Amino acid sequence: MTHIVVDPVTRIEGHLRIEAEVDGGVVRDAWSSSTMFRGIEIILQGRDPRDAWAFTQRICGVCTTVHAIASIRAVEDAIGATPPPNARVLRNLIMAAQCVQDHVIHFYHLHALDWVDVVSALSADPAATATLAQSLSDWPESSPTYFAGIKARLKAFVDRGQLGPFGNAYWGHPAYRLPPEANLMAVAHYLAALEWQREFIKLHAVLGGKNPHLQSFLVGGMATPVDPSSPAALNVHTITALQKLIAGARDFVSKVYIPDLLAVASFYKDWAGIGAGVGNYLVYGEYPLTEGANAPRYLPGGVIRGRDLSKVEAFAPDKITEQVTHSWYDYSGGDAAALHPAMGETRPHYTGPKPPYERLDTAGKYSWLKSPRYDGAPMEVGPLARMLVAYASGHAQVKALVDGALAKLGVGPEALFSTLGRVAARGLETQLLVDKLGDWVDELASNMDKGDLRIHDSDRWDPASWPKDSAGAGFHEAPRGALGHWVHVKGGTIAGYQCVVPSTWNAGPRDGKQQPGPYEAALLGTPVADPEQPLEVLRTVHSFDPCMACGVHVVDPKGRELARVQVR
Amino acid sequence: MRAGAEDAFRDELAARGVTRRDFMGFCSGVAALLALPKSAVGQIADALATKPKPVLVWLEFQDCCGNSESFLRASKPTAGDVILDLLSVDYHETIMAAAGHQAEAALEQAVSANKGKYIVVVEGSIPTGADGAYCTIGGKSALQIARAVCHDALAVISAGTCAAFGGLPAASPNPTGALSVGEAVPGIRTLINLPACPVNAENLTAVIAYFVTFGKWPATDRLNRPLFAYGKTIHDNCERRAHFDAGQYVERFGDPGHRIGYCLYKMGCKGPVTSQNCPNIRWNEGTNWPIGCGHPCIGCAEPQFWDRMTPFYAHLTGVPGFGSAADIDKIGLYATAGVAAAMTTHGLVQLGRKAYDRRKAAAAAPPPAPKSTEAAAPPPAPASTEPPAGGAS
Repeated sequence: MTHIVVDPVTRIEGHLRIEAEVDGGVVRDAWSSSTMFRGIEIILQGRDPRDAWAFTQRICGVCTTVHAIASIRAVEDAIGATPPPNARVLRNLIMAAQCVQDHVIHFYHLHALDWVDVVSALSADPAATATLAQSLSDWPESSPTYFAGIKARLKAFVDRGQLGPFGNAYWGHPAYRLPPEANLMAVAHYLAALEWQREFIKLHAVLGGKNPHLQSFLVGGMATPVDPSSPAALNVHTITALQKLIAGARDFVSKVYIPDLLAVASFYKDWAGIGAGVGNYLVYGEYPLTEGANAPRYLPGGVIRGRDLSKVEAFAPDKITEQVTHSWYDYSGGDAAALHPAMGETRPHYTGPKPPYERLDTAGKYSWLKSPRYDGAPMEVGPLARMLVAYASGHAQVKALVDGALAKLGVGPEALFSTLGRVAARGLETQLLVDKLGDWVDELASNMDKGDLRIHDSDRWDPASWPKDSAGAGFHEAPRGALGHWVHVKGGTIAGYQCVVPSTWNAGPRDGKQQPGPYEAALLGTPVADPEQPLEVLRTVHSFDPCMACGVHVVDPKGRELARVQVR
Repeated sequence: MRAGAEDAFRDELAARGVTRRDFMGFCSGVAALLALPKSAVGQIADALATKPKPVLVWLEFQDCCGNSESFLRASKPTAGDVILDLLSVDYHETIMAAAGHQAEAALEQAVSANKGKYIVVVEGSIPTGADGAYCTIGGKSALQIARAVCHDALAVISAGTCAAFGGLPAASPNPTGALSVGEAVPGIRTLINLPACPVNAENLTAVIAYFVTFGKWPATDRLNRPLFAYGKTIHDNCERRAHFDAGQYVERFGDPGHRIGYCLYKMGCKGPVTSQNCPNIRWNEGTNWPIGCGHPCIGCAEPQFWDRMTPFYAHLTGVPGFGSAADIDKIGLYATAGVAAAMTTHGLVQLGRKAYDRRKAAAAAPPPAPKSTEAAAPPPAPASTEPPAGGAS
């Protein structure tokens, strides 16, 4: 039995540590630990709830819109504000664009190097690479000259001996299986995607002033004025600019990302049998198509248990609880309790080893993440959960995309419950959303045409118009999965704030019944050819797209005893 | 030798489809952003083309990765240019291929083989509470890593408000004892602060290009911020300034004045007290900026802005050119009355000011001598020893 530690897990957002027991070339047990804590909900206590979105937004600069959206929804729910249709459409555009850009960056810049051997690309034939790329799509860049240029750039880079971010990696590892030409194509598109994301995300700058950390969110609506004839508002010109950015994104996703994804997947089909994890999937639902709390959503909510696609349960918010058996927090009623987020209570209490340390005490508390459970069960959230719930609910576009991909790879739906299924679902969701974005721009243009220029519910802006004491919840499907914020507003200020976040669902530790979290469960049975180079562990962990800064959160209505632990 | 290196660099650029003209255009852009004379353009070009690639180490502590993401949006030069051509980015957890022991080894190698020659970018604040356990990487605390890496660096850049000033983790009541890089690692000789939430990528790459060219930082102010980017307030250069001067204000989000771009002062804009070049360079290759999309500035580049600039939608008082706060309350139809009530009732502004004053007092005290143990870190302003004002209302 070999004990391996991967810390830092790189190519993720935030600070994640994986410890695992490897025996006979296979992971037998695994522990996921988050090693960073900021206490943002403590900082929110007593502040103006209209400001909260900007604070929570800074939970994460990668999924830079998600905590702002969940926050304004939670506060709107608490104070009874009603965003007008233009605000809903603008939010849909911002959320879906976030998902599209985030998924592309994840595939190329955070995940690809687990499957693509950069050094092997040096022995590729540029002409054969062009032939391969042209057989996959009619992307206009795919010429022998283009790939020869990329190869020359890579060669110059490697010859200089300064490998920078590609240094000291696992190149030549036996688990890399792509031929050199596929590796060169992927390296070329790694660079192309770096350029593409910079261009596409200008959509966020148009609608939000800047990216990262857009600044057009408002409780009750959006700050971006809409007026077809004003140069200081979203107008006819910006509608055209948005459609152009979206057309470019559709091109890139359908001609580069999806073909690359399917090509890479075809060499790693055995990963459709690895990394399934807990097999329960939770989705809150997203992209409201009309106004109101019960509006139909483009991606439906629901719960799937035990990999049973024949049945989708309705999502019930009151079934969410969080436990701290293995987390560095205390519960006043004892650590065995399972508390609903609205009654959430957390007192950070670090009991792990003093840094610098070699090993965590995995029998005791070992993470800054709590263990969220739904009806007592661990749940996977994210693109795979969303695609499965939509697929099982009979969503026409999702069914067509999923069945098409399965047919191309020659596998059945059971292949979705895997590391590879997670990677594929992320790509298919990107295609679904990039195809949908234009509809929302059209809806915005149509509203302008009808003279509906409303963007904000001013009637609930003044705190004097709010209930004296109220609570609200805001749900959102972030790129990485189901996100919920709970807020308690009392006397015009925040009396309590709680977030339950996708990476907490997925990366959380064991619970009181010793049920492992989704990462931990997914790692069981993962092959490891060389414990010194745990490339395969990274594949499964990265397939979830970890976002650790999001995962660590805490609310403490008292907020004071923390001071005692801060300096020793 | 030098000519040969320059040729090789040009060949490499040519292989990538970057012409000499494009490259000189980039150098001119950097010179213009830094307000350098025309003669500097050639100097920048020579330096970038002929000097060996400096090693860059990017550390992430109590961060949200927003500064790294911002860096990926850089256009002049692009992140790809920086990573592949201008610098050797030997450690950056978000993009590097290696993980775990191999990643730790890459950091150790970069630091030991380039002692005194590497550049460090720090993103995120550094917690001192719980013996450093609020942020560990490879089992080591952020403070242990920052001290080990920053002391032997040629230069250290604090990218973003968290690294520069403590930022969000250090906001009252600072639950983790978070400090800025300058506070946590006293005695760094060449430290430059690039605050903003996140840092504007164009300012970051311009500063790196300047340093590679001239071997020193551009001129800075007392907060170690480069004057070219932080020498003027948002208000000084705001495209809506004429409306401020003419007394034309947005009264409600979505009202006719908002739609035609009136001044956002009464909606809480902090542009008059925020130093940053947003109005000039804007964001995402000049596409837009927050005021350009109808939202007030929140002052994100200023020290302690989470405490001093909140509530974000409460208007400032006493900005020259406007008159007294009493006047604006009379002119303001509704927003100011409501917000002012919230401010007095819940004391948030006072809370922020108190926290700021305590920090100023702490900063005025002599810095503790650097020791090898993290216990030497100056304690943060103990804002949490008092109940947050308004929190128990």
